[in-house]
Amino acid sequence: MLKNLCQKMFGRSLWVYHANSGGCNGCDIEVLNVLTPYYDVERFGIKLVGSPRHADVMLCQGPAMRSTARALRAAYDAMPAPKLVFAIGGCACGGGIWHDTYAVLGPVEKVVPVNYYIPGCPPRPEAIIYGVAVAVGLVDKKVAPVEFKQMKLPFPSYHPEDLRGHGEMVVYEKAEKI
Amino acid sequence: MSMVSKWKEALVGLRAGRVTLDYPAQPRPTPEGFRGRPIFDAQKCIGCAGCANNCPAREILVFDVCQEVRILQYLGRRCTYCGRCADVCPEKAITMSRDFETATDKIGDLEQKLELFMSTCQRCGRCFKEGSPLDQLKLKGYRFDDLANERWIFRSRAYLESEPVVDDIKIELD
Repeated sequence: MLKNLCQKMFGRSLWVYHANSGGCNGCDIEVLNVLTPYYDVERFGIKLVGSPRHADVMLCQGPAMRSTARALRAAYDAMPAPKLVFAIGGCACGGGIWHDTYAVLGPVEKVVPVNYYIPGCPPRPEAIIYGVAVAVGLVDKKVAPVEFKQMKLPFPSYHPEDLRGHGEMVVYEKAEKI
Repeated sequence: MSMVSKWKEALVGLRAGRVTLDYPAQPRPTPEGFRGRPIFDAQKCIGCAGCANNCPAREILVFDVCQEVRILQYLGRRCTYCGRCADVCPEKAITMSRDFETATDKIGDLEQKLELFMSTCQRCGRCFKEGSPLDQLKLKGYRFDDLANERWIFRSRAYLESEPVVDDIKIELD
């Protein structure tokens, strides 16, 4: 439903606002790299604007910090109604390396609702374009949660109660695999 | 005069060609030595939790359900792809893939969860488990991270406080 809404609402162009709430500027440089002629995102109609009041999408970089959480929330509230938030980078997605220090509150989803996550430290420009393309509906997402269970022990297990002396040799009984 | 210079500029622009990559339509190869998302191989993993102890972002959680079953959970959210887990893995069960297209709309898509079968000691058959939870925490092998809240728990605080200490968000936003 969100995808259909995206295609309907943002079919023509996304105007993005670039909010750094305390990151290291790595992701900012990658976002600006996306706007260069090599990764020209203006072919998708994406344009960088300077005010959240003009924007459809907020690109969040950096964790939600104690000093900037309120400003980030105010910038989110200033955006007009159909709005998306992209969390770009490991800090915005999960709080970053210093997620447990006193100045960092955690990921930006603690302060503003996040619609799309682009992890990486920093993500490649291609990864950012891929995230935007997932949001617009050009490509499908590739990741899925993986769960693996080792049901069997890969080698036989022995127990000392099953150990019997046989001549000079030691014989294990019940040496089957679990 | 200015017209001529404009035409010259246009000619230069035509000669320069086009540099824009047709990225989402065409795949883009990664450079040599690029580190992307780590992939955990559960067949090779012996559950030593060296990756969890060395992760700078505390992204790998370990929870010992019982003597035989250990859960190792990788949440890919704040991973910086530094590759230290792959370096310390004695069995080379973690490979840094070249997968960078990990954008998603649900953060839970990034996680990998291994339910590992740990064996008992072949010599004595008894477990290494200590009697009380506090004694278990002193043992180096045992980890009881908070899987529900997805938090890495320091050794001395497990079982003592499972709730977050201060609810910072409510203080800051009100």
